[in-house]
Amino acid sequence: MMNPYSYVAFIPLLPLVVFLILGLFGRKYFKTSSGPIGVATILISTLLSLYAAYQYFFIDGKINGVFIKIIALKYTWLQFSPNVSIDMGILLDPISVMMIVIVSFISLMVHIFSLGYMKGEERFATYYAFLSLFTFSMLGLVLSSNIFQIYMFWELVGISSFLLIGYHFERPSAVAASKKAFIVTRFADLGFLIGILILAFYSGTLDFGSLIERLTSVHSPEFIQITSATFLGASMLTWGLVLVFIGGAGKSAMFPLHVWLPDAMEGPTPVSALIHAATMVVAGVFLVARLFPVFSIDLTALQIVTWVGAFSALFAAVIACTQTDIKRVLAFSTMSQIGFMMFSLGVSKYGGENGLGYTGSMFHLFTHAFFKSLLFLGAGAVIHFSHKNDIKELGGLRKLMPVTHISFLIACLAISGIPPFAGFFSKEDILLSAYHSNKLIYGVAVFTSALTAFYMFRLYYSIFWSKMIAIPDARHGEGTSSMKVPLVILGFCTVFAGFVPFSSWITSDGIPLESNIDIGFSAFPVLMAAIGIALATYLYKTQNRRPRAIASFFGGLYRATYKKFYIDEVYFFITKKIIFKWIGRPAAWIDKNIVDGFINLLASVTAKISEFIKGFQSGKVQNYTLYFFGGILGLAILFIYFFK
Amino acid sequence: MSEISISHILFVSTALFFIGMYGLFTRRNMITMLMAIEIILNSVNINFVAFNKYLYPGKLDGVFFAIFVITIAAAEAAIAIAIIINLYRSHNSIDVEDADELKY
Repeated sequence: MMNPYSYVAFIPLLPLVVFLILGLFGRKYFKTSSGPIGVATILISTLLSLYAAYQYFFIDGKINGVFIKIIALKYTWLQFSPNVSIDMGILLDPISVMMIVIVSFISLMVHIFSLGYMKGEERFATYYAFLSLFTFSMLGLVLSSNIFQIYMFWELVGISSFLLIGYHFERPSAVAASKKAFIVTRFADLGFLIGILILAFYSGTLDFGSLIERLTSVHSPEFIQITSATFLGASMLTWGLVLVFIGGAGKSAMFPLHVWLPDAMEGPTPVSALIHAATMVVAGVFLVARLFPVFSIDLTALQIVTWVGAFSALFAAVIACTQTDIKRVLAFSTMSQIGFMMFSLGVSKYGGENGLGYTGSMFHLFTHAFFKSLLFLGAGAVIHFSHKNDIKELGGLRKLMPVTHISFLIACLAISGIPPFAGFFSKEDILLSAYHSNKLIYGVAVFTSALTAFYMFRLYYSIFWSKMIAIPDARHGEGTSSMKVPLVILGFCTVFAGFVPFSSWITSDGIPLESNIDIGFSAFPVLMAAIGIALATYLYKTQNRRPRAIASFFGGLYRATYKKFYIDEVYFFITKKIIFKWIGRPAAWIDKNIVDGFINLLASVTAKISEFIKGFQSGKVQNYTLYFFGGILGLAILFIYFFK
Repeated sequence: MSEISISHILFVSTALFFIGMYGLFTRRNMITMLMAIEIILNSVNINFVAFNKYLYPGKLDGVFFAIFVITIAAAEAAIAIAIIINLYRSHNSIDVEDADELKY
């Protein structure tokens, strides 16, 4: 019998086909039609995803009140031993079904927006090919049924983000940014790979289902083995999970592996929307969520996830308050929100009411995808309109770009956690679970969300209010309708996504929960966010001298924050002054002189010997005669005296 | 008259052989080298005949061998002289030292 979900395979495969066609023939045959082709295919993928979600959540995903894991397809790719194999499969469970909907939907919005934004680009078809590859990679990643399969798609996500960030390869800064993103995430992926090997070695499987089952049942031999083996004072389970988390932290731009994210702005703005909202950065959160049953039994690993997440959230929010590049502010806000998702997973427990953090994290991922892509597409529209991306040079655009203005405002309210917009509900779940688990984390989270409200409205007022600026060619209007439509659609989603009964679908153990918004509890965070907004209004609504006064009041602290706490400089110091100087150069010397030297020695000795032997073939007949008789003499002596 | 012992005859043939070899090594003129080769062949012929006479007096195998060698030497001389003539045509010389193009 055919599996009723086998059509899900087409969701990632369609973008792959588009990538191949546009990548190979796009520049020649589909110069202008590549955009509509990409949009049409991703539209089909989106519809299939929505249908899959409908089928899963409403028809047959639930058995006895529990959402089950469904293996829609399985194909054994590499069989190592009877029990260990790398499979190519499709795993459907609540989070992967949710993710395919988000990824394909956001990707569709980005595809549509790019029709207007990228119009007239020389490499238009290549751009759409890369977008399709990116979408394919991320869809494949979320559907992976095997930890090695997820790793392959993980790397595909890395390479496609590299291609898209470096899309404007004629700009040196874009090249540097793409290399930085690639190297930093690759470095983190090394941890991920070692983590995979540890987990797979002890559990004896690469399949997610059996891996989670074996490593979570306390009495299984695999569990006893992995927890009793220790290395540097921590069990191998902790090491494996922490290493996997390092991989996730690299992709999700958690401190201290976040340095690539702000620079990733060099890519075209719609790509940033895709990277930040749906594809790349949430991969780390998704990975932790995928392995959450295992994480939930290892408290050390969970503590690390919690603190890294919470610190990143606060750290990024502080930096975002001082940045002046629109996309950079948004990048740090992404990092901050991903931090929320991470620590929410960290404070969560497995099952029942205690699993609220897990639900909250996934819910925030869901709502964040909408408002963050809306913010980025809005920023893209602003940049497209004004050709500026420094907020000091922007202002007063609310009359000129009404659609962008309203949608941007909605997104800002959502990210600040103001009811009834989407962000409020998801942030509420996160804060509630943090409150029940760790008061310090809760404090950090509330403070961070107040900061979030502040810097988002600083951005909003700086772009749309403040001073009036002169736009040299303002007559071309806000943008094409292909740019406005995604903004409107995403705006609606941002308003209504919060009302999705999320906890009845996605929980840590698959058993639906009743969501309950506690008005008394929500009041305080909302009040804090409102204070943040009020402060931003006071400082930035009209042009005045107060922000500068505050900046000079903080002096060195402000400068340090503006410079992103010198993390980049620290990296440069470590790489250039320490690694390159003390490891790279000596290694290069050894390579050049010892490794190469040995080979050169072999070569020159061989050459000398051959030079000597070559002399025997002199062309002089009498020399040959001499060798001939010499040979006979030698043979005669040999046979007479040695082989009697 | 006493019989000549085999060792005397072998001495003569060995002497001829080395004389021929000396000539082959030291002469540069190809005709002379050809002559040296003929001397070597003849020293071998003497060996064949002598061993036939002293070891197998009733048989003629060694003598026939000697005749074959003489025949082949004649053919060889014809070919060698043809080579030498061709060499002279191309190099204007029959000195072996002048014909050393065929080398590494």
